[in-house]
Amino acid sequence: MNMTMLGIIIGMGIVTYIPRLLPLLTLQTENWPGWSRRMLARVPYAVLGALIFPGVLYIHDSIWFGIAGGAVAVCLAYLGAPLIAVVGGSIIFLAVIQLVV
Amino acid sequence: MESAETLNSTEINWFRRGIAAGIPIAFGYMPVAVTFGLLAGATGLSGSEAVLMSMLVFAGAAQYMALSMMALGSGAAEIITATFIVNFRHLLMSASIRERAEVGSKRSRALYGFFLTDEVFAVSSTSELPVRSHYITGVGMIAYGSWVGFTGVGYFAGSFLPGLLTESMAIALYALFIALLIPSVKKEGKVVIRLAFLGAVFNAVFQLWLSTGWSIMSATILAVIVYEGIDQKIIRRGQT
Repeated sequence: MNMTMLGIIIGMGIVTYIPRLLPLLTLQTENWPGWSRRMLARVPYAVLGALIFPGVLYIHDSIWFGIAGGAVAVCLAYLGAPLIAVVGGSIIFLAVIQLVV
Repeated sequence: MESAETLNSTEINWFRRGIAAGIPIAFGYMPVAVTFGLLAGATGLSGSEAVLMSMLVFAGAAQYMALSMMALGSGAAEIITATFIVNFRHLLMSASIRERAEVGSKRSRALYGFFLTDEVFAVSSTSELPVRSHYITGVGMIAYGSWVGFTGVGYFAGSFLPGLLTESMAIALYALFIALLIPSVKKEGKVVIRLAFLGAVFNAVFQLWLSTGWSIMSATILAVIVYEGIDQKIIRRGQT
């Protein structure tokens, strides 16, 4: 294996692990003020919104592809389908759409 | 098998539940990892270099970016710095999971911290509170196995996958995020809708100027600050 490449890969691994690890090892949030703990606890929902939009629009040349797939996922999830069925269902729906259109 | 002896049955049970909860991520990573393996080959990496990068870095966006920078002839320092910048957002997720998870041992936190991608964070942190260490480890390990395994598949066999399948599978991770969000909306109502809406709108605006990683991080921070501000204002108005 090329030494420069090995160095790049190890370096990338280290700088990726540090931000994932540091707060878990060093933060002691128990005595933090309430507002900051509430804000941290609300991060997942804000992240989910940001991860979905606007990225879902760009999975295909046409934005309707992502919108249709997303709508199917919303319906399946709303009906209470398990995660794997929501994911599988929207993939199958888009594959069928591609075959038909 | 020193660690197996110290695991009690509850911990093993949570680990198994984590594995099950992580299966949709494993599915979602499949096309992304296959494509990464394929592109790594096209960029001139060897099979072992491609798989090693997935093993040590475990971060989709950064790995794709590294490939395009290598293709452009960028140096090691540039690529490593760019990786740091793209993955810095995980600092926020790590701090948030610290608040939502059981304390656990330092060793278990160091272990699941390695697996904290956007998707592993999203699945783990929407689980019941306090989130168990072994649950996060389970979610992370199945996602990691898929990422590393399908990088290899993509490198050696990616060109044989039908385009129809990979194109349709591009929806997988978004469907996963939606599937995580909707039950939280049903359970906790408007709080979740408002936070997700703020995150989405701010991200759409920030992406006009910022790279994806910084945009997601800034949008999330602004969303929780704005929400807290509005929330406190309503509470204060209610008191007077």
